[in-house]
Amino acid sequence: MEPIIEVKNLGKKYSIGERERYTALRDILANIIKHPLSWLSNKARGGPQHDFFALTDVSFNVEKGDVLGVIGGNGAGKSTLLKILSQITPPSNGSVTLRGTVGSLLEVGTGFHPELTGRENIYLNGAILGMRKKEIQNKFDQIVAFSGVEQFLDTPVKRYSSGMYVRLAFSVAAHLEPDILIVDEVLAVGDTDFQKKSLGKMEEISHDKGRTVLFVSHNLDSIRKLCNKVVLLEKGKVKRVGTNVDEIIDEYIGAGGSRDHVVEWKNQNEEYKHPKFTPITFSLTDGSGKLIANPIDRKQDVFVDLSVHLEEIDADLIFGYILTDEQGNQLMWSLQSDTKKEEWPTVVKGKNNFRTKLPLHVINEGSYKVELIAGLYYREWFLRPGSSRIALDLHVSGGLSESPFWVSKRPGVVAVVVPWKNK
Amino acid sequence: MEIVIRAKKKWWLSDIKELVRFRDLFYYLTWRDVKVKYKQTVVGVLWALFQPFATMIVFSIFFGKFVGISSEGVPYPVFVYLGLLFWNLFSGSLNEVAGSFVNNERIITKVYFPRIILPVSTIFTNVIDFLVASVMFIVLAIYYQFVPGLTGILLFPLLFLMTVFSTLGIGLLFGSLNVKYRDVRYVLPFFMQLLIFITPVIYPVTIVSEKYRWILGLNPMSGVIATARSAFLGTSPIDWSLLAISFVSMCVYGALGYIFFKKTERYFADVI
Repeated sequence: MEPIIEVKNLGKKYSIGERERYTALRDILANIIKHPLSWLSNKARGGPQHDFFALTDVSFNVEKGDVLGVIGGNGAGKSTLLKILSQITPPSNGSVTLRGTVGSLLEVGTGFHPELTGRENIYLNGAILGMRKKEIQNKFDQIVAFSGVEQFLDTPVKRYSSGMYVRLAFSVAAHLEPDILIVDEVLAVGDTDFQKKSLGKMEEISHDKGRTVLFVSHNLDSIRKLCNKVVLLEKGKVKRVGTNVDEIIDEYIGAGGSRDHVVEWKNQNEEYKHPKFTPITFSLTDGSGKLIANPIDRKQDVFVDLSVHLEEIDADLIFGYILTDEQGNQLMWSLQSDTKKEEWPTVVKGKNNFRTKLPLHVINEGSYKVELIAGLYYREWFLRPGSSRIALDLHVSGGLSESPFWVSKRPGVVAVVVPWKNK
Repeated sequence: MEIVIRAKKKWWLSDIKELVRFRDLFYYLTWRDVKVKYKQTVVGVLWALFQPFATMIVFSIFFGKFVGISSEGVPYPVFVYLGLLFWNLFSGSLNEVAGSFVNNERIITKVYFPRIILPVSTIFTNVIDFLVASVMFIVLAIYYQFVPGLTGILLFPLLFLMTVFSTLGIGLLFGSLNVKYRDVRYVLPFFMQLLIFITPVIYPVTIVSEKYRWILGLNPMSGVIATARSAFLGTSPIDWSLLAISFVSMCVYGALGYIFFKKTERYFADVI
């Protein structure tokens, strides 16, 4: 039998310039008028030279009924692969053959409109996910029952609590029945009970009905549980693929540096290059220059170290990091220009080594991403927040407080110790 | 069913099949826009009536009474309302079509569907406004005891489709540009403001000498509005050559817009 998914020599190239949002037409026109010759020669050379390969030469097959897990560290190309398979973005080379109907869940609640009621959103969202009208009508009662928001069906979803919203959104998604289902990490939503329910639903979908599922997750336990085959991606290439799920996952965990515990980024092959900001290394260290080992205790000191090469100095240069939690919430931004101007670190032509201490004393237990951002103040981004591909992992565990009552992760986004007194 | 994804796509054939497959999504997106549009406006449908009606009153007072622009023997309010009817369909949808990709960024980056559904469903919601506003035209015709010409009714489908396809063509071009260059949405309203004065909306096309009238025809709406007036109101014989020029320019804009859209469409999610 022919495989239901055939991926052959797939590659995806991004021009760094392509990622720049909000390019203004008038800037382009002004540039053409100001430097007509350089614009023409740029065109002839084929635009900006800063290419980035998110995927190179990826090939694998999936048989009907397989549940394939896709694993890999940050920036390994998992999301890009899913986006190509879902036809959201085209590959730069290679091909994919899909033999069946495809449904993709890269996010729950895509297209939900706040002004519309729950009932209306079920239909709208169902249609956006690719369901036919008939299909939605038939499954309507099941969807409502699964979500548990019966009483609020005729309330606009803008009045829903975030929990209700997510439950309704997931319920629609869970009733999608294509031949091939592509799922990004959408299971980590809602409260614990609902997460269990969703995971159960995923199991039901993949085992009982013999559907082909492609599943990306950071949660290796659910991959072990659900998948009979895995693809391990590393830096845009397939490192391992096979049905020996446990072995590959163990290898991935064992590889340490290349999985979720990336604490150092190096600019290999000049992946990023800009005369005004070329990062060389970006790392989390203990202050003596030694890389930290995740997970770390909150009482430790952790520093963000950044080496940058500057060919040109621009007075508007800003750079720093964003701290993001597992749910994608941004906890904080820190920029070198946050303080009084006199206190900013000096920048010199050539190599610069910057260092800043992470404010660990406010950070809760959990897994975080430290994302490097840089740009010119109010002019442009070199490394755009949310899509900069340079990110490190930080896992905080223990050392929260001296108090005997503070034993584990605290409720709330941050965890700060402040003294109390009886006046 | 088999889907093959490659860097280059042969797009002419697969398109229509896909549109049929996604017809329910098309229906629900249109339905969403209509619902949201009328839900958020207190006066609901009345707004669709009020807008052209108020414009007509203001134009009638200033251009009809004070400036004394010729309306070729028919009452100026009827004359200008007919022009506004088609003009509003064109300019209203064009603005929305140009923003239709950017406004649906969330869906575009997360789900696959033929992107052309977005502008087309946007035009549909404006067509509903157009139909509501047409009722007012009938009321005006009765009030001024005016019997619309039969040719008008016969030509109406053609004029309507010409308006829709001109909007779609030009809208696809601006909409695709807008994905990459966000300042397009500021340029377009300005452009539309100028365009209403070089389209025979407030004045009859006959004030331009026949020698230069073809220039007006480069704007498809000139042919549409001039023909609508001749046919419905019997103001002057239908200028077929003007209509033909407008028809050809509509086809050119339509083709340009569509080709540009198809060239950029697949990269929307990367760029938006």
